[in-house]
Amino acid sequence: MNIISQVTDSAPKYIIYDFGILTSRIHEWLSSMMNTTWTSVVEMVLIGVVFLSFYALVGLILVYAERKVCAFIQCRLGPMRVGPWGIFQTIADFIKLLMKELLITRNADKFLFNVAPFIVIIASFLAIGTIPFAKGIQALDFNVGVLYLMSVSSLGVLGILLAGWASNNKYSLIGAMRSGAQIVSYELSVGLALMVVVIFAGSMQFSEIVQSQATGWWIWKGHIPVIIAFVIFMIASTAETNRGPFDLAEAESELTAGFHTEYSGIKFAFFFLAEYMNMFIIASIAATVFFGGWMPLHFGNFAAFNHAMDYIPPFVWFFSKTMFVIFLMMWFKWTFPRLRIDQLLTLEWKYLLPINLVNVVLAAFIVLMGWYLI
Amino acid sequence: MKEVLFYLFAGLLLLFSILTVSSRKILRAAVFLLFSLVLTAALYFLWDYLFMASVQLMLYAGGIMVLIVFSVLLTHNIDHKFDPMEFKKIIFSALLSLVGAVTVIYVILSHPFKTSALAAAPISPEDIGRGFLSYGENGYILPFEVISILLLAAMIGAIVIAKKTTK
Repeated sequence: MNIISQVTDSAPKYIIYDFGILTSRIHEWLSSMMNTTWTSVVEMVLIGVVFLSFYALVGLILVYAERKVCAFIQCRLGPMRVGPWGIFQTIADFIKLLMKELLITRNADKFLFNVAPFIVIIASFLAIGTIPFAKGIQALDFNVGVLYLMSVSSLGVLGILLAGWASNNKYSLIGAMRSGAQIVSYELSVGLALMVVVIFAGSMQFSEIVQSQATGWWIWKGHIPVIIAFVIFMIASTAETNRGPFDLAEAESELTAGFHTEYSGIKFAFFFLAEYMNMFIIASIAATVFFGGWMPLHFGNFAAFNHAMDYIPPFVWFFSKTMFVIFLMMWFKWTFPRLRIDQLLTLEWKYLLPINLVNVVLAAFIVLMGWYLI
Repeated sequence: MKEVLFYLFAGLLLLFSILTVSSRKILRAAVFLLFSLVLTAALYFLWDYLFMASVQLMLYAGGIMVLIVFSVLLTHNIDHKFDPMEFKKIIFSALLSLVGAVTVIYVILSHPFKTSALAAAPISPEDIGRGFLSYGENGYILPFEVISILLLAAMIGAIVIAKKTTK
């Protein structure tokens, strides 16, 4: 299948790989075999299967990466026994997790206990569809993309609250309440930080935001406000995914494992997977919004350099930027000590939120005056 | 395809709405309410009304539901199972809601809606933003500003109530 499109005069020259052609070919091929209804059904199933296998794959890789990064920061080697450099360790762990018995505490609310992991994982599943992996590889390209992402990512906290209560365990409940307070407060900062880039790009659609970075990524085109927004986004989104140094929802030394203390086997795996996938989603949103997503590295008018960069496939750009942001988040987690709940709420409400509001006004002013690179 | 999905969502919406009012455990009722709010958003998505769907998810499912669950968790008897209703009360409320539903459906069906020849098009966020801030025709600047002031007053009020009084 021809995925390298012809560069015509009308088409912008910087896009060599257009996967929209591949997807439209698949659509045509499916439409030629069956009617519209079945085509939509088959496409939905296909996309679902692709995302599910992507979930499993990324989950396995991220858990392995986390253990290795953690080990190197702590001057250890990490998992080394299963396969060369322990690369099959997470697969072995996963098989073990699948075979575990599903336990449930006495007097727990069975229905809520079972439904909670699904709410968490469905919320992250709804969010991943908006991520543009390459031109034409994006499941949901809504014109309200950023708003949609913020709205579905706010659903996950309900799963955490219900899991904490339905476990019938005080550690779980305390963990869930902390987590709820944390996610509800930090959501504001995540939204406002993304708003800065929306002001610069002039669109909430993710494909448009990526397209607007063809001449340079927002992190340097938008200079001061975007850099402030990026720092706030990193802090707030780390808090929103319940990762260290903001992991007091599952602070091991106080609460055993927080809201998922009572979960075992595949239900625990759902929480675990959702946490890592949320980290991946946050990292890829940061990469898309601040570092140009799948857009190659371009410098103003250096045509030869820009053209050479275009030959590197968009997947390589997307995943290397995402992995860079994930590495940053892991670096935070294993370097900074955990915050107390009052410090955490002070940080959000007394520092990040006011800075963020001023930053939005600053960004609007800079866009109004045209003091940014186009 | 759309019809099948519509009936699926609408059926589930009815089921969860009934479960919300008939559940005897308060937290379960909250969860069923969450499901019906999410299904309402699903209906908006089905009609390509993306902005409204996102707002529905963000405000109701992600915002108000979190508040409800939070406040339910702070109450005393969360795990208290309420006694089943008296038969007379069930019949009476079922009749009352049936009368309400029939009235609403009758009014909707008998209202002469004007159909437009224009094809349905997705509404862009730019249009919504301009609508909010324009004072010409189809402008909503006055309600927008009035609601902004109301929200600001509510926010300041919340801070004043929650503030520790130092003596």
